[in-house]
Amino acid sequence: MSTPSSRGSIRQRLLLLLLLSASVIGVLLFVVFQSVARQMTQESQDNILAASAISILDNARVRRGEVFVDLPYSALSMLDSVSDERAFYAVRLNNEFLSGYEDLPRPANFAGNNTAFMSAQYLGQDIRLASARRSFSTDEGSAFLEISVAQTLTGMKQSQARISRISVWVGIGFFALSALLALLVARTTIRPLDRLTLSVSRRGPSDLRPVTAPVPSEMVPLVSSLNRLMARLQNSLAQSEDFIAEAAHRVRTPLAIVRTQAETTLRRVEKAENRAAIREMIRAIDESSRAAGQLLDHAMVSFRTDSLSDDLMSLAATVTETVERLRPLCELNDVEVRLSISSQACIRGDAILVQSALHNVLDNAIKYAGRESTIEVTLSGNQTTANVTISDTGPGFPAGQTGAMIERFARGTNAQGIVGSGLGLTIVDEVVRAHGGSVELTNTESGGGCVHLSFPLA
Amino acid sequence: MRALILSLSLIILGAPCQGFEVEDHKRFGAADAVRVLRVISTADISFFEPIIHSYLAGNPDVAVDYTVASSSELMRALYDEKLPFDLAISSAMDLQIKLANDGNARRHRSNRTQNLPDWAVWNDLVFAFTQEPAGFVISNAAIAGLPVPQTRQELIRTIRQSPEIFQGKIGTYDVRLSGAGYLFATQDARASDTYWRLTEVMGAMDTQLYCCTSQMIEDVASGELAIAYNVLTSYAEQSPHRDKFTIILPSDFSIVMLRTMLIPAASQNPELAGDFLDFVLEQTFPKGTSPLLQSSALGQVDEHALHRIQLGPGLLVFLDQLKKRNFIAEWENAILQD
Repeated sequence: MSTPSSRGSIRQRLLLLLLLSASVIGVLLFVVFQSVARQMTQESQDNILAASAISILDNARVRRGEVFVDLPYSALSMLDSVSDERAFYAVRLNNEFLSGYEDLPRPANFAGNNTAFMSAQYLGQDIRLASARRSFSTDEGSAFLEISVAQTLTGMKQSQARISRISVWVGIGFFALSALLALLVARTTIRPLDRLTLSVSRRGPSDLRPVTAPVPSEMVPLVSSLNRLMARLQNSLAQSEDFIAEAAHRVRTPLAIVRTQAETTLRRVEKAENRAAIREMIRAIDESSRAAGQLLDHAMVSFRTDSLSDDLMSLAATVTETVERLRPLCELNDVEVRLSISSQACIRGDAILVQSALHNVLDNAIKYAGRESTIEVTLSGNQTTANVTISDTGPGFPAGQTGAMIERFARGTNAQGIVGSGLGLTIVDEVVRAHGGSVELTNTESGGGCVHLSFPLA
Repeated sequence: MRALILSLSLIILGAPCQGFEVEDHKRFGAADAVRVLRVISTADISFFEPIIHSYLAGNPDVAVDYTVASSSELMRALYDEKLPFDLAISSAMDLQIKLANDGNARRHRSNRTQNLPDWAVWNDLVFAFTQEPAGFVISNAAIAGLPVPQTRQELIRTIRQSPEIFQGKIGTYDVRLSGAGYLFATQDARASDTYWRLTEVMGAMDTQLYCCTSQMIEDVASGELAIAYNVLTSYAEQSPHRDKFTIILPSDFSIVMLRTMLIPAASQNPELAGDFLDFVLEQTFPKGTSPLLQSSALGQVDEHALHRIQLGPGLLVFLDQLKKRNFIAEWENAILQD
């Protein structure tokens, strides 16, 4: 049976797609998490800066018609509270510099708000700057007081680096978790397929019942096709069994009639050369009948081994039965059969096939050993195998040909004059191999043929 | 390199070209030293001499060029003229922070600096190596028999109860002239409202104003003053007339000034400066065994009463022109009650 060629795997494809989507989401999560967190740190820094600027603004008063600014200590010290930062500030009234750092950058416009933020460079440092402003009415009319507060970004850069590290771990963690889940999902999804495979492969050779166990809806078409295929198969199997029986019947019955007719004729014919011709005819008919029988035997064996059953069978019973069945033939040929059974081993297989194999070996032995010979059949066993040995006192196998004897239609060089098709040992070999065993042909010390059949134990 | 340093030092020390005012100058170490560490400091030579000697003992190839200047002159040398000093040592914490904040200091990071307590380092730029509390210095003769005031409240009460002892005999810094005095006053005012009440009480007693710590301590020792308020006790402890007065660290709170070091951005020997800085910190922390830190007074009050002036941009607030003008105006209102 050939293995179907496979292309891709559903599980792998599913896993790949899930992992792909997990990694996309992981990266997305990393980016989103990081940008949100960065925005939040930026906002919290902006809030501190704005609070600082507004606290200065809140401490400004109009006194004697002039704007009077009293810098609160906390305005600058709060900027340094979390991490050491350099801080800068500028106080401007109507665009005129009052105190602080005169060249500190200022936002271009406030866009309608009273606070504005900007990032800039100052004294070679990256800074974040907040400006807040408020109008006061003084002696010279209304005046805008603008406070700018800036700080370096040491702490923010540190927390952003920390956030980056955390985001990386969030992304990786998400991916790892998803990968684990993907693995689980892929396995769960594929499980009904595995179950179906197992239930089909567990079946016996003749079990062609439709699959009835519930399957997921996606697999229903597959299973119903499978069921239809099995129904067709069962049908065709039944047909070929019928055909074999029919063929055996149709070939054997006419041959038997012809033989009977030939024998009747032989009794009536007087002339010596005619008698010889008819005997020759009977012999040919015997050969054809036997050949047909063995061909059908072989067809039967081939068919049965293709769907070998694994029933538990007692080898001893099979051996005994076969020997007993052939005993009349032995007596007819003056052949003594000695049976010794020293094992009650059981094997798994098809009893009919094993019987057919044994029958072929014994039949060969009776045929080739000749009159007044002895055939010994022994059944022995060890831990792993059951061995059947059939030896005779005939001429044995021709030296160097034991391997070739098993070939289909091969006959020993010393088999002239004996009716045979050359299929007997082929049948034996096929049966034994189908049962996982082996056949060995040897000659006994006294020169007789010896066949060892060994079967693995059940 | 040496020629350059030599010529630079000649330029700086040569009187006509000199932009800032030098109070004192001394060179330590071998004349042919390979490396010269140029220190500008507000502390007297005698103050730093022992530590320089012990440093040079371990580093024979180094010479130390030590220049003494007032804190404002130090500021001028480094902030305005950007002169290539390697180490600036000053008791004016606000000016040191200003120098560092405005980019005139170099970062320094070493095993030593990483183990400093938080209050002793700012931004890897400014490093504190002494803790010098301000306290009352009270003449033993003048207030014999009176209970010794332990807090500002008690001081106010004592002054009010015995105006005859204290009239014209209270001394404190003139915050317009003394940087340290201004720093103590602002921190005092920030910590408690009692400061302004006390200042008004002192103003009513016709308080004497001083520019410098040592003069004030001498006047207490001589009996000219009954009490000096907000005096750097580290100086008082070293006075030869130590037995003439009592040093009190107020137990409500004591402002502690930190003497700090920084490596100016213009330094030409930043590694050497960093090494010397680490050496000084080694002497100071963790046990405070620095010869500059022999303040027995620190043990008088418990840790919670010590208000160390916090290094950080908060110090810039009182340097603000408007803020300073307002503060001094208010102070003048309180102390000069003409």
